[in-house]
Order: sequence, then C-alpha cells, then structure tokens
Amino acid sequence: MELSQFIMQFVNGLNVGSIYALIALGYTMVYGIAKLINFAHGDLIMVGSYGVFYFYTVLKLPLWIAIVLAILLCVILGALIEKIAYKPLRKASKISLLITAIGMSYLLQSTFQLIFTANPKVFPNFINLPALKLGDILIGANYYLTFLISIFLLIALNILVKHTKVGRAMRAVSQDAGAAQLMGIDVDKTISITFMIGSGLAAIAGILYCCLYPVVSPYLGAVPGIKAFIAAVLGGIGSIPGAVLGAFILGMVEVMSKAYLSSALSDTIVFSILIIMLIFKPSGILGKNLKEKV
Amino acid sequence: MLKVKDLAVKYGMIEAVKGVSFQVKKGEIVSLIGANGAGKTTIMHALSKLIDYEGEVFLEDKNISKLKAFQIVKESLAQVPERRRVFSDMSVEENLKLGAYLNSNNQEIQSDMEKVYKYFPRLSERKNQLAGTLSGGEQQMLAMARALMSRPKILLLDEPSMGLAPLLIKEIFNIIQEINKNGTTILLVEQNAKMALAISDYAYVLETGKIILEGSGKQLSDSQEVKKAYLGG
Repeated sequence: MELSQFIMQFVNGLNVGSIYALIALGYTMVYGIAKLINFAHGDLIMVGSYGVFYFYTVLKLPLWIAIVLAILLCVILGALIEKIAYKPLRKASKISLLITAIGMSYLLQSTFQLIFTANPKVFPNFINLPALKLGDILIGANYYLTFLISIFLLIALNILVKHTKVGRAMRAVSQDAGAAQLMGIDVDKTISITFMIGSGLAAIAGILYCCLYPVVSPYLGAVPGIKAFIAAVLGGIGSIPGAVLGAFILGMVEVMSKAYLSSALSDTIVFSILIIMLIFKPSGILGKNLKEKV
Repeated sequence: MLKVKDLAVKYGMIEAVKGVSFQVKKGEIVSLIGANGAGKTTIMHALSKLIDYEGEVFLEDKNISKLKAFQIVKESLAQVPERRRVFSDMSVEENLKLGAYLNSNNQEIQSDMEKVYKYFPRLSERKNQLAGTLSGGEQQMLAMARALMSRPKILLLDEPSMGLAPLLIKEIFNIIQEINKNGTTILLVEQNAKMALAISDYAYVLETGKIILEGSGKQLSDSQEVKKAYLGG
C-alpha cells in the first residue's frame, strides 16, 4: 500500500478520533461525577450543528456569533436537562436514570424533527483556509483545524480539571460526594457545571463533525454519540485520559478498517472491540477495578 | 456552642436515633460513647446534614437544621468522618486545599497549611504523595488536617481511633487535646470509651438511639454501669 495514502488515512483517523474524544469526555465526566450514562449527550452534537445552521444559514448572523450562540445553546440545554430530568432522580435507582436518559434523547430528536422536519439540511461550508501541503500530500483545512481545536480543548480541559478549584471540586465529588460536601462543596452546582462543560464540548464536536460531513439531520448525533460512548467505555468510563485514548484508538480502527478491510465491516469491528473489552477487562484500558457502589 | 434538641433520624421504618438532646459548650471536649449501632455516626452525619433529620440544631444560637450540607461548613462546623474518607486519588496537598475550599485567600490557605503541618509533621514530608498510599494513621491525620483547613470553631471527630495501633491512638488523642487547647471546640464520637472519657470535659452515653447517661468524663469513667458495659468491668 502506498505510503501517502496511509498517511492520509492516518490523518483521517486522528480527526475522527479527536471528534470522538470531545464527545467521549462528556460521557465520562458526567458518569464520573453523577454515575449516570447520559444517552442524551450524543444528541447535543445534533443541537450544536442545528444551532450553527440556524444562526448562520437561516438568520445570517456573522459566523463567530453563530458558533458562540450554538455552543451557548448547548451549554444551557445541558444544564437544563440535568436540572429538569436528572436532578429529581438523584436518589432513584440507576435503571430509572438510564430510561430517563434514553427518553431525553428521543425527546431532543423529536423536537428537532418537529422544528426542522426530517429532511436533512446542508451544513454551511465556512472554512476557507488553504490546505496544508506535505510533499505530495494535501491535508484539507477542515482536517487540520479539527485536530488542532480538539487538542487545544483537551489541554485546556486537562488544566481545568487538574489545576483549578472547580476541577478539584469536580474530582472530589466524583471520588466521594459525601466527603466533598464536608469540604463545603456544593455538589449540585458542581454536577451542573460538569454537564455544562460536557455539553459545550459536544456542541463543538458537532460543529467539527459537520465540517467533515456537512449534512444536518435530527438523528445526526446517534452514530457519533454511540461511538464516543464506546470509546469512553473502552478507555475506562469515568477516566478522562481513558476517554481520549479510547477515542483515538476507536477513530483509528474505524478509519483503517474502512480503508484497508471493508467499509461494510468497519462498524462490526468497532463493536467487536467493545464486546471483547467488556469480556476481558470490563473496567476499560485505564479504568479502575472499582466495585460498583449501589 | 452547639445545642441539639430532640434530634431523630429514621432509615425507612427503623428509628436509628430517637430524639436525643445534648450540648457542647465552647472550648470543651465532649464525647458521645456507645456500642456499635447505638446511632453515633448517624448523629454525626445528621449534624453535618449528610442525612435529613427531625429536631433542631443550634450553632452559636443560629438554627442550622435547615441548612444544606455544604452551607454548614460556612458556619464553622467541620467534620472528620468515620473511616477518614480522604480523597485517595489526590495528593496530600490537594486534600488540604479542598479542606480550604471556602477560603479564597491564598495567603491564608498557605499559612493555615503551615499550621496544620506543625500538628502533623509527617504530612508535610508526604505532601506530594497520593492520599490513598498513606498508612491508616497518616490518613487519619490527613482527614483531621483537612478539616482544620476550614478554620472550624467546632470540630466533629467520628471514631478517630478506628483501626489504629494503640501507640498511634495515643498520638492522635494528644493532638486532639492540643487542637482543643488552641481554641477549637470538639465533639468526639468513640467506641474506645476509655480513651474518649479520659480527655473529655463532658460525655453522653448512647444506647440504641437514646442517651441513657451523661456526666463529666471523670464521673462516667467511675460509674459502675459504664465500667461494666464499655470499659470491660
């Protein structure tokens, strides 16, 4: 196989991986802190993309304002979902939470179908930067931008979680919410902030995803959402570095299997990895072997 | 300092604490002693509002029974919970910073940190070590240091002796007395009645969710009933 083609596929894998990473972080952070698989998280990707479509294409607002508004929309929506749907169930059984999350996912999809119809919309193409030329390899602007933005966000998030007061509070709540309260930490507020950060990242991931595949539909979030969820489980749900690692592995496997094996089999391979992982190391690559607290 | 009136806690149908009233005077060490299941830890959890309860709790004449757990820390009540519950994936220093969560003055935090390192020099040697890798005694010290970082007027200690070697228990109890001498009021819950009574100004004996006896530390250690039930004859 030609080297230049392999490099192209590698770049492609990094891109898909970095988008999955942004989404997977939302899953893993929310799980870490609220012990909840937020299945509506994937749909925030869709909300973010519709946001840009609506503010930019329909309302014709300037691009940067449209993007900022779309992210804000998701941040607020994420906080609202937590407050309305999940917070009242904080002491309920896990299965109730899970079903609520699935219901929330359908609610978002149906709402956006009602507003924008089921017909896919064309996502605006707004990246007009020149392609990057490495020898005889051309890397499109949307590719390297996706990668750079994701890496920047991953680093920023890492600093936030490791070195700020908010980040310390988030880690404290995820380790022992009761003890965190004894420190004077407002657990509800911290959970809310976590949802907001996760939702903001999902919005950005959605916008980047649509820069690569420029079609917006109400079900847009389902596939990248579930893939990112697999990435989070693969890396060890609850672990932030795990989610990033899982996402890049998954992105790479997906792209490479599409390129060199068969595009029809690609998803089969991805899901098989999940199943194999769950059989042999259910806690994930970087996850801890903690017993479930019930 | 702390006044508890008719505090009752129910877990479903079971009444774990059946209306207890007691008080802790400023500057004193007061202990609640009793066997396993008497309701000691339940009372401690209630005082920090980790669980809901009936009855009223006053801290320096302010009713704190309607406050949420994180707000109670603002009222200068700190708790060292049973089994320490340090944040094991974080360093000693990070644990201390979390203890000072409500304080946003970095200079104060630094000077408080130096103060707690004076009580617990061993912690300063290990400040970059993960809390989970500390020994049981060191974790107990860390939990106490962490609670002190919030500058409490009253410190609640739940079973500080649990699982520690006798020599270490002695060391911990000496430090408790020292903290008290430096102006912090202390409410202590202990199964180790002998040690607790020895350092207490006043004590209450708890049995199946009720206070059955009270008196000064000395009175209770001399009492026949307490001797029989808790001090091994």
